[in-house]
Amino acid sequence: MLEIRNLHAKVEGREILKGINLTVRAGEVHSIMGPNGSGKSTLAQVLAGRDSYEVTDGHVLYDGKDLLDMPPEERACEGVFMAFQYPVEIPGVTSNYFLRAAVNSVRKYRGEPELDAVDFLSVVKQKAKLVHIDEKMLQRAVNEGFSGGEKKRNEIFQLAVLEPKLCILDETDSGLDIDALKIVAEGVNQLRSPRRAFVVITHYQRLLNYIVPDFVHVLVDGRIAKSGGKELALELESKGYAGVDGQFAKAELVGSRK
Amino acid sequence: MSTGMAEIKDATDLYLADFDRIERRTARGPGAWLLPIRKAAISRFAELGFPTTQDEEWRYTSVAPIAETAFERASADGAEVTRKQLAPYLFAADVPTIVFVNGFFREDLSSLSDLPAGLRIESIAAAIARDDATARRHLARHAKIEDQAFTALNTALFEDGAMIHADRGTVVESPVHVVYVSSGGVGPSVSHPRTLVVAEESSQIPVVETFVGFGGAAYFTNTVTEVVVGDNATVDHYKITREATGSFHIGTIMLHQFRNGNGRTFAGTFDGGLIRHEIDTVLDGEGCDCGMNGLYLVDGPRHVDNHLIVEHAKPHCDSREFFKGILDGHGKGIFSGRIIVRPGAQKTDAKQTNMSLLLSQEAQVESKPQLEIFADDVKCTHGATIGQINEEALFYLRSRGIHEDAARSLLVYAFAADVLDRVRVDSLRAALERLVFQKLPHGDLMGPHETG
Repeated sequence: MLEIRNLHAKVEGREILKGINLTVRAGEVHSIMGPNGSGKSTLAQVLAGRDSYEVTDGHVLYDGKDLLDMPPEERACEGVFMAFQYPVEIPGVTSNYFLRAAVNSVRKYRGEPELDAVDFLSVVKQKAKLVHIDEKMLQRAVNEGFSGGEKKRNEIFQLAVLEPKLCILDETDSGLDIDALKIVAEGVNQLRSPRRAFVVITHYQRLLNYIVPDFVHVLVDGRIAKSGGKELALELESKGYAGVDGQFAKAELVGSRK
Repeated sequence: MSTGMAEIKDATDLYLADFDRIERRTARGPGAWLLPIRKAAISRFAELGFPTTQDEEWRYTSVAPIAETAFERASADGAEVTRKQLAPYLFAADVPTIVFVNGFFREDLSSLSDLPAGLRIESIAAAIARDDATARRHLARHAKIEDQAFTALNTALFEDGAMIHADRGTVVESPVHVVYVSSGGVGPSVSHPRTLVVAEESSQIPVVETFVGFGGAAYFTNTVTEVVVGDNATVDHYKITREATGSFHIGTIMLHQFRNGNGRTFAGTFDGGLIRHEIDTVLDGEGCDCGMNGLYLVDGPRHVDNHLIVEHAKPHCDSREFFKGILDGHGKGIFSGRIIVRPGAQKTDAKQTNMSLLLSQEAQVESKPQLEIFADDVKCTHGATIGQINEEALFYLRSRGIHEDAARSLLVYAFAADVLDRVRVDSLRAALERLVFQKLPHGDLMGPHETG
């Protein structure tokens, strides 16, 4: 589904990704871990199409198509979804309006008929249960005045409604208490399917107790330093990133400078 | 002295000549009581002349094109305006509507049957003709002519307009719609529409004034609206400006509030050329509550100047000003808000907010607060922001599959949403929401906005 080859990217002139290679197949859950400043979020942003990141080398194939060539909305329509680390508040736009516009935009792209208000509402009602979201929240402006946990739950709710193929979760667990974390993880687990892949970016091993990955990759200083199965996460938990790569000290330095 | 064919340097003389005609007619007809007021107004206008950009209150708006154009008084004759033409500007079909074309009452286009008890709507000319007591008591008694040349000019020269009167205790939910149409003539023309709204004690009434232009030659609308909010009364006043491109619109709204009065104005500016709104409120009794709201869309070469004065004359009054501008093309949008707190007006709570959204590099924005406080126990705040489309929000919307153009429009709409929310007449708000959508670039990419 996703093939990242030798991906290099920089932001504000500073090189962050220094040759990422990663293959993700349908049905798989990949976890990307790593210290602060290692490039985890940059990778997510580049995949989602944020234009403040400049790709300097390498390529990304998604379902055989050049992902980097598509504007963000086209990526979304093709089935790529990124759950934001910091979901954006949009005063003046209700979640209801926003989501329906998004769903219908995606449906239109796929040549499917647009959903009317009634059909849309029934989809939304069903998905809202998945992440314990009160439907009344949909009348409110997108993320406005939401708590951190509500914002993250709202991201997973959007994911459920838009039904993407490739889901990138950018530190969705950060800042969540254990109850909120469980709700988010449960939602994700219910959305796992043989046709859908997840790239779960996290700073903390704890999330992986709830979302069990097929593969774990450790990102250090813009490169994948080590890959393994879910046991790698446990190893990191006990030994820290120091055991992974000699470059760890350097990476930590970059992180602390941020 | 210039010869007959000389180029016009200043059209003041034309207005003075027009006054002679009005004076002769007023002197021999009913409403002779108006004559001294009109005379004082025309001499004040002659003294003041047209303002220039040297005048601090007109620093950002040049009215030279008005002063240098020989506008003829717009005529009632030959103005072919049909109900069908008006239809797009009527936000609801079933509300009482009074229509004026080129400043003259058009009974054939108005719908004034089945008015609720206690509500009176009529043409000012008719009210004067039958020596109406309300007109006598309030007409031209509130708007200030001392330092406002255009208000003085209107006061001297107005011929007609709408008078709306709510009796003591009358509560009307359905709005009254006043529509002023400029049909556009062969040459440049001017009209001076006058509106008087009087809400007696404990009455409540929403009034919408819509100004519409149907093209033709350049025209100039010089309008004055006086709104009298009696003790404990509530008036929601809306002014919707949809004049023709290349036209001139100078308008004064004078809101005079008495004890415990609730007065709210909303100035929505959507179409026109040069537009200046003078919106003044006097809080002339304790316990008044006043909201002055506005939304202005400035595009192409449009110039919109909102000039507000709120005068806290008595203690324990609240005022809230909330104006938002969306500026595109090489348009210019100006907001200036003066808050005056008179000696003794303690416990005044005044807040002023002006926010501008800039969509182009060429658009210009000016925002000028002015506080003049002569009491010591007051709360006065003001804030102005000028911003652009939030790139984070834009990316967020796009990342969910919404096309960039539609996402931009949605964010512009969102900027306007909270000021539109202050429109309390549901049918009007829905119409304005549709209008904003229509006006946005790529607004057609979005479906109807359902806030429910």
